[in-house]
Amino acid sequence: MTSPASTDSVPAQLSAGPRPAPGPAADEGLARRLRALACTAPLHDLDTRKANLAGEYSVYGMAEVALAAIDLVTLNMDFDTGADHDQIVARLIPRVAAQAPARPVAEHERVARWVLENLINVGSVDRGFRAVYGTFAPDGTYVRRDYDFKLIEEVPGPGGSVYLRTTDEAVNVLVGALDTDVTSAQIAAEVKLEVLISRGRLADAQLAAEQARYRTVQYSETLRRALEATRRNVRAVDWLNTVPDMIAEALDHVADRYRHENAILTNIRKARDETEEPEHKRRAAELVDIVKDCIRRHTQLQSRLLEAGPLFRAEQDRQAFATPRTTSGTDLYGHLLAPALPLPLEQALKVTDAFFARGTGLRTPVSVRVGDLVDILLTPPVEREHLGAEMPEPDLIATPDDSRFSEEQLAAATELLDLPSDAPRRLSGLLAEARRKDADLPYLVALLAVHAASPPVGTAYRQGEQKLLFAVDDGTELDDPEFGGADLIVGTALLDAAGMAADRTEAA
Amino acid sequence: MTEHVDRSEPEAGGAPATAALTPADAADAARLVAFGLQPKLQPARDQEYAELLRRHREDPAFARLADAVAAGLGLVVLEVSPRAGMAVTAAEDSVFAVRMGDYARRTAADSGDRFLHGLAHLAVAALAFPRPEDLADDGYIGRVTVNGVDAFVRQACRRLEERAEEAGENTDPATDAPGLEAAWRVWARRSATGATKDARRPAASTTGIVAKALAFLTDSGFLQRTGDESGGTYRTTARYQLQVRDMAAGAAMTELLELGVVPVTDGTASLLPAEDTEDLELVADAGLPFHPPSPS
Repeated sequence: MTSPASTDSVPAQLSAGPRPAPGPAADEGLARRLRALACTAPLHDLDTRKANLAGEYSVYGMAEVALAAIDLVTLNMDFDTGADHDQIVARLIPRVAAQAPARPVAEHERVARWVLENLINVGSVDRGFRAVYGTFAPDGTYVRRDYDFKLIEEVPGPGGSVYLRTTDEAVNVLVGALDTDVTSAQIAAEVKLEVLISRGRLADAQLAAEQARYRTVQYSETLRRALEATRRNVRAVDWLNTVPDMIAEALDHVADRYRHENAILTNIRKARDETEEPEHKRRAAELVDIVKDCIRRHTQLQSRLLEAGPLFRAEQDRQAFATPRTTSGTDLYGHLLAPALPLPLEQALKVTDAFFARGTGLRTPVSVRVGDLVDILLTPPVEREHLGAEMPEPDLIATPDDSRFSEEQLAAATELLDLPSDAPRRLSGLLAEARRKDADLPYLVALLAVHAASPPVGTAYRQGEQKLLFAVDDGTELDDPEFGGADLIVGTALLDAAGMAADRTEAA
Repeated sequence: MTEHVDRSEPEAGGAPATAALTPADAADAARLVAFGLQPKLQPARDQEYAELLRRHREDPAFARLADAVAAGLGLVVLEVSPRAGMAVTAAEDSVFAVRMGDYARRTAADSGDRFLHGLAHLAVAALAFPRPEDLADDGYIGRVTVNGVDAFVRQACRRLEERAEEAGENTDPATDAPGLEAAWRVWARRSATGATKDARRPAASTTGIVAKALAFLTDSGFLQRTGDESGGTYRTTARYQLQVRDMAAGAAMTELLELGVVPVTDGTASLLPAEDTEDLELVADAGLPFHPPSPS
């Protein structure tokens, strides 16, 4: 062992006792497979544990529902948020119902919820799963290790809501062998799809299209993370090479896929319209929907990519072009947080404890008097009001009456303008008469007369008015010391109230 | 101890020349410290507070007296100024100190939870003052959100995870030695949030832990809540900057140095790559982010 070149190493190995595993590389592969296997355990577990549920649930294929749930969440993962909890349950119900059509809908919903909650593993603190497996350390000792993973995780959405996202582990369980380069895998899938369509094997084509969509979602997710980091700290992301390259690559990818999928769309549409067999027609129609969804996701991705440049420049202005300062400060992330995270928990705890002890400020200690304590303990708990706190009585202030004309003046003016329908009068005469009563009254009369120049006939008609004040300009100049303009003819028009009422009932 | 307290000693010989201090002056000095113990009180909003601050600035004897009162109570004076007021904080083992066990109950039994709460506070500060310049600049106001802090830590954890994968390490901890688990994994495996019956964040989720930290810091007069977006948005106050800069960062750094983790820096603002965070840390003040020269 000391000298690998020596041919004597063979007996030395034998004398060291039988080696339990062929080597660390093989052991690592084994560990990887053990972890992959562990990811499927929660699904098997569902079918095992359904017997423990109160009620007869053995008719339901829980693993099937679970896989369908993971499918749904993956497909509903949008750029910003994830899938909505209730929406997933609602979409699961048809499949659950199909498994046991005779059972009540409430039970179907219960099953769907049970499966989803178990995939999240609601009961545990971490809301995840843990599997224990063993490996051999380089020195040959056997070590048991904990593998923590999640299948569906809950993430905060806008407005305090909670969304579901599938984890990488879940996507790997679902589609399998996704641990490859996203772009090349997608190209392979596209090519496969085209070949399949050209040979008319639509069932396989649909499978390939769905796989392509999973990869598209995964690609978006990768980009979303990179853009998020950029927004936080320009310098945390390499904007010299990595990100511009990634954006260029992604834009190429979008353009390429967009062209490609439009071509596929045209082909499938043709296949859909030309095929005679109803089953093929249906499958082609489904495929059209899937490809359309792919295109929609690409468009979404592209719009994000176009926003990335301006976002970088704005952040750059904000973060990098401020007046440089000569004073030094601690780089909290680089000097404290980043070095603390890779430490073993025991050591990292010392750092965070020190920061907590000095970084939280002070609290003035609460001292309790026994007398107060008795009072507090004896006070009945305050009932929580559904209606909220009592509204304070509004303090109303009378607004001062700042009307230009008084009620009396309005009455006088209305009386003055209450003309007989067969005897219209000139505005000049009305103004002169008003002036004799009150010096301010002509203004009101003039105002009302001007309003009457374009009377709201339609409104008056609808409201069933008997008569309406109108004013007409016949070209005569107004001769008045205070006003100028046309000497309007003011009169009252009678409206046919009875006829109107009849019209209304007819219309009704 | 800060410079304010140190100052009283060398000058003690010359002090008797000034007018003798009366019990009334001692009462005023104690009142100023009492104002300082109400961290949410703004000097600009209280005339008496502002007047006492002015006196602290202009009357050295009074200033020494107030600082001595604070020191006697087990307080450390960070700064006395119109913007921050009488910024005092608890010295170690002072009756005013905040203890983790009182802060969150689970932390007494569970070292993982204890770490998560501590890390939340560190992450809030790191995100509030992302660059060394921000921490040094008195006029800087940081902004943090609950979801932002969680995402920020998760991002850092993800990088470590990716790096461990690239290096082919198996980071799964040994079952019988949970204390040796890499710290980042504790945050990464805790759920970010969860649906609850009453539509509140689960307290044990990471956003719940961050929200608790932010609410607590707000009560300490370190943050001001500005809105509800992204789980709650906050901006920093002058006191928080002082606390982090003069107290917390140094204390945590000392612990790290004792663990032998951080290379001793020369105190300049350049972001030295700590460990192998080479792709995260870029040279400060470069127009474009350039990688720093590799240390090795």
